[in-house]
Amino acid sequence: MSENILQLENITKSFDDTDVLKGLNLSVKHGEFVTLLGSSGCGKTTTLRIIAGLEMPDSGRVLLEGRDVTNTEPNKRDVNTVFQNYALFPHMNVAQNVAYSLRLKRKNKQYIEKELGGVLSLVQLKGYEKRMPSELSGGQMQRVAIARALVNKPCLLLLDEPLGALDLQLRRQMQMELKTLQKRLGIAFIYITHDQEEALNMSDRIVVMREGQFEQIGSPSQIYNYPRTSFVAQFVGNANIIRGTVLGQKDKMVSVRIGNTIVLTQSAGYHLKPDRDAVFAVRSEHIKLAHCTDEVNGLCARVTEKSIAGGMLRIVVKLKDERELTAARFGIDVEFDVGDLVSVSWDAVHAVPVDVEEVGHGGE
Amino acid sequence: MKRYQKLTYLYLSVMMLLLYLPIVLVVVYSFNESKITSVWGGFSLQWYELLFRDQAMFEALKNSVILALSSSLLAAVIGTLAAVGFTRIKPWSKGVVEYVSMLPIMIPEIILGMVFMAYFAMLGLRFGMLTLVLAHTAFCIPYNYMTVKARLVGMDKSLGEAARDLGASEVRVLFDITLPLLAPAVLSGTLLSFAMSFDDVIISLFVTGVNVNTLPIKIYTQMKTGVTPEINALCTVILGATLMLVFFSSVLHRSRAVKSQPAAGDDAVKEELK
Amino acid sequence: MAGNNSIKGKPYGHSLWLMILPLYLFTLALVAGPLLYMVILSFQTRAEGWGIVNQFTVANYINIFEPVYLSTFVESFRLAILCTVLIILFGYPFGYLMATLSPVWKKRVMMLLMIPFWTSSLIRLYGWIIVFRANGTLDQVLMGLGIRDTPLKLLYTYPAVVVGMVYALIQFMILSVYSSAEKLDFSLLEAARDLGASPVQVFFSITLKLTMPGLLSGVILTFIPSMGLFFIADILGGNKVVLVGSLIQDQLMKAHNWPFAAALSVALMLLTTVLIFLYKRITHTTELEGMG
Repeated sequence: MSENILQLENITKSFDDTDVLKGLNLSVKHGEFVTLLGSSGCGKTTTLRIIAGLEMPDSGRVLLEGRDVTNTEPNKRDVNTVFQNYALFPHMNVAQNVAYSLRLKRKNKQYIEKELGGVLSLVQLKGYEKRMPSELSGGQMQRVAIARALVNKPCLLLLDEPLGALDLQLRRQMQMELKTLQKRLGIAFIYITHDQEEALNMSDRIVVMREGQFEQIGSPSQIYNYPRTSFVAQFVGNANIIRGTVLGQKDKMVSVRIGNTIVLTQSAGYHLKPDRDAVFAVRSEHIKLAHCTDEVNGLCARVTEKSIAGGMLRIVVKLKDERELTAARFGIDVEFDVGDLVSVSWDAVHAVPVDVEEVGHGGE
Repeated sequence: MKRYQKLTYLYLSVMMLLLYLPIVLVVVYSFNESKITSVWGGFSLQWYELLFRDQAMFEALKNSVILALSSSLLAAVIGTLAAVGFTRIKPWSKGVVEYVSMLPIMIPEIILGMVFMAYFAMLGLRFGMLTLVLAHTAFCIPYNYMTVKARLVGMDKSLGEAARDLGASEVRVLFDITLPLLAPAVLSGTLLSFAMSFDDVIISLFVTGVNVNTLPIKIYTQMKTGVTPEINALCTVILGATLMLVFFSSVLHRSRAVKSQPAAGDDAVKEELK
Repeated sequence: MAGNNSIKGKPYGHSLWLMILPLYLFTLALVAGPLLYMVILSFQTRAEGWGIVNQFTVANYINIFEPVYLSTFVESFRLAILCTVLIILFGYPFGYLMATLSPVWKKRVMMLLMIPFWTSSLIRLYGWIIVFRANGTLDQVLMGLGIRDTPLKLLYTYPAVVVGMVYALIQFMILSVYSSAEKLDFSLLEAARDLGASPVQVFFSITLKLTMPGLLSGVILTFIPSMGLFFIADILGGNKVVLVGSLIQDQLMKAHNWPFAAALSVALMLLTTVLIFLYKRITHTTELEGMG
């Protein structure tokens, strides 16, 4: 048995002369929860459909448990999908919907009843067997869709933004339920979302996707603490992107000149060449602000804005050279007012190089 | 606009009256005792009696029903399958085939009739029920195809994909998902085809055999020769049947519309019930 | 099923081809075939008595231009135009006014319209015979009211045919105009009135333009059939009114001149095709105008 449940090798796909997928590579292990994270149009749904067999790639291979299934029809793959709009069969009740795949396989009545009961309990919909899809709420429909896909006991489950249509509270609740479910069943999940919180909460690994390419693949903490590109840094969480010139590197620390100040960043496993421009990401919550009395210090800035966004207090400061940085704090106010002079600093370990051209290692 | 309301009602009423005038006359005179329509001889059901004893008439009716049933069902199968198939595969020839299959309802009936007659003669086919069914199916298919196609356009594609994803072959998708959901459209298309076939005069005249009479042909020939009020009675009966059909289909239409509406109720209420 | 066929990168099974196959076969054998045969037939020569001789000729087409035949075309054309004009005059207001009704009445009127629509055309035709024949209803009314002394023998006359045709086809116009007028935003008309336009101006500058699609498709749906509805002319007009349709039927049934009948048919079809083409051109221009 192959180590990976799924392998994508150099998948490309174009629609009407537009390149939608530009060479994707991915391995997913058994029982892993992988999230494809990206904004609309980046190609995540297309990728999912190719894995499911509803689209065929222009080139590349799809391997399920080591076997090449690139040309296999969707009904022959041991993969099931939970569709974004649930796609429940409107003319069948809940039981018929969920048991559909079992009837296709000509399982006998007892087997179907047993499995049906099992999976409905799993999604907490026991007793709803006779209801029609039109009688269900959004959350209930979604559970039916999940149950329908799970009853087959596939080795891989694909979920296309399943929580998108639900309200915030329900979404949070379902996130937890799905994660628990996944761990319990030990089935590999490939989950699509544009919501970074969801991705960070649920995944074993996140694939950040952008314009048909996998920008970075890593665990939530890798993605968050060691983003490889400025896109990833800004897409997941809030980050400040800072440019400077490398002065030198020693062990895991790098000294960088920004303007006429020298700051320290970490190397994140890269080998940065001196006298070269480099880009760094520092997360808003890691920006330290202190009262600044003398303007000579290069990273002295003036507070230009204080506002509440995303549950945190945002403080925007403007440096001498007109560059803006954003700091974030909990709470609703801070001791600085708009117009105050503050000095900006950070712990070296929180400044990570991004967009490095050499083949670098992103994180530990 | 409100000013013209009275005028509107007046105009529409007058037009409606004119529209119904011939029909009403036919019905009224079917109960006429006298044979000559200009003279009202009193209420009588004698023409209905005559009608029900007319063997030839029943023969023609039977033929019409068989013909309409066969043609509309055949057209339903061919048209529906094609409409469904074409949503998934679109070969380059699709446009051409669609257009050509629509021609029977775009060409004047007289020409179509003539064309079929010449063609069947050339093929050496015996004129009769077979040629009738073939010709009728040809002009029934467009009705089925268009009705089903219109319904398919609005149908959710992901349902078929979900079924495939769960393990269904294309055939299974057709029978389990597509056809059940298409049922109303298939039915109304078939009803339409049935009506078109049942009512057809011209084409039937051309492609029928000597011994095969359809109802419209019988009525037509009788109209041309001598007119007896028996025709009135026949027309009234058919009218009654039409009325029932129209009523029936509108009831069906309304109940389907209600059923396919998702429960509009409060989502919040449903959440509480969870 | 080992299906690795894909069109545009979507995997599907062989069975889909089987679904569209019946239509292909049927259309080929029973639509394309006959039509093709007819075109071929039109170029062949009529044999003595029955049948045809396999000899290529364009004589049939040339024959069409004989005055007696050409005049039938012209006659049919004139009749069709006359009928269409009348249908527009009576049908357009109906369709439009119907769209101004309240939803409840709209449904009722639609239902009322459906019944004559579904009623056999023959039955409705027969009703007109009753009206028009000597001492028929019309005469009774006219004589009863004292307008006339003697029966007005309208049956087997041109006006009777016109009435019959208009009656048979007017529903298409009504439904067509209605579906167009139903989508009309009546607040536009009110806005125009508000800006100072008279009802006539409102009609010609806004209403007509916006309902033009319905009007034009109604014209197509009525004009083309009216060229071929020979049995109405036959019954209501007798031998007095000869149309192309009757002509074709005559040539076929009585004269057994199949090639000529075929040529007439081809000519008629070409004529209607040209008309449809023109119609498409006009609607295209109208659409562009409407966007201005």
